[in-house]
Amino acid sequence: MAASDTPIPAPDWPLAIYQALKAADVRQLCYVPDAGHSRLIRLAHDDPAIATTVLTTEEEGVALSAGAWLGGQRAVLLMQSSGVGNCVNMLSLLASCRFPFLTFVTMRGEWAEFNPWQVPMGKATPAAFEIMGVTVFRLERPEDAGEMAAAAARLAYDSDQPIAVLISQRMIGAKKWTEEK
Amino acid sequence: MMRATLDRRTAVKALLQNRGDLLVVSGLGSSSYDVFAAGDHDANFYLWGAMGGAAMIGLGLALAQPSRPVAVITGDGEQLMGLGSLATIAAKKPRNLAIVVLDNAHFGETGMQMSHSGLGARLELIATGAGFPSASTIEDGAALDAFRPKLHDLSGPHFARVAIATDHVDRALPARDGVFLKNRFRGHLGFPVS
Repeated sequence: MAASDTPIPAPDWPLAIYQALKAADVRQLCYVPDAGHSRLIRLAHDDPAIATTVLTTEEEGVALSAGAWLGGQRAVLLMQSSGVGNCVNMLSLLASCRFPFLTFVTMRGEWAEFNPWQVPMGKATPAAFEIMGVTVFRLERPEDAGEMAAAAARLAYDSDQPIAVLISQRMIGAKKWTEEK
Repeated sequence: MMRATLDRRTAVKALLQNRGDLLVVSGLGSSSYDVFAAGDHDANFYLWGAMGGAAMIGLGLALAQPSRPVAVITGDGEQLMGLGSLATIAAKKPRNLAIVVLDNAHFGETGMQMSHSGLGARLELIATGAGFPSASTIEDGAALDAFRPKLHDLSGPHFARVAIATDHVDRALPARDGVFLKNRFRGHLGFPVS
């Protein structure tokens, strides 16, 4: 195959986010699993310098992030849009104490969604953050992942801000519901 | 269930005597008042909100400061709102974390309605079932004295349910400004204000 025929590989956006978090010295990563986050979760699990914590519900990660900061560490929370509503009351902790906070949210219910039960919380996700004072970034293109994660980390940890990066469902790819033979 | 007789202020003061390098997170309401009344300290982080979050704040702190013992002192109602966090902590097994629940079987701040622990929930069994390797029930001063070294032994995670009386105690109100409390706590650990 000639070099010019080589397809351009899709940017490895989970790796780009991971590298930005490493550059920002993030030392704790907590999550409620989502298929869209599975590669980033694996990267964190394979890194002995990052303490990973699996949560039973998303608001635990808001409180854990605050505790990490009290102890001098930077934490990040990974979740799906369906869990954002669970966090609303706990987000008041961030506002009351001006804690830094960084979360990456894989979106459901917005692009080629098959499951109608995902749609209401997906539609409400940006507003749910914004009513609690969280700044919302939208990641639509994989090639922007590293730069956006770095900017979000800087704004969170250096300016004591709560930041949510919403990763679009179109970018991740809609969940497959039929087995491909 | 026998009627609990331990006074909450006496119990918390006993747990925090000779506290050394213990870091303390207190759950909203009476638990924060008890920890403050035992002696204000830069290494105390008093919650006035974030109900259900005290144990998880303790976990994040314990993971960040593995050489320092961390105690979360909270109430039955506060812990009941975050029962899942007991499973999260037990899965992570931080050796330097203790969760101490002051259990009067009531929601004391809101009119003394009976709580789930008063209606039959056994918090120490829930902690054991969640996977805590160490879960104690404390009903008198001797048991408090026996438990106190566990706050410092870095062999946790420990869970303790302290059965306390429902008798009224006077309010003792710590500072409420969250930014101040955060910066004071981080200053104690040597981190500068940003």
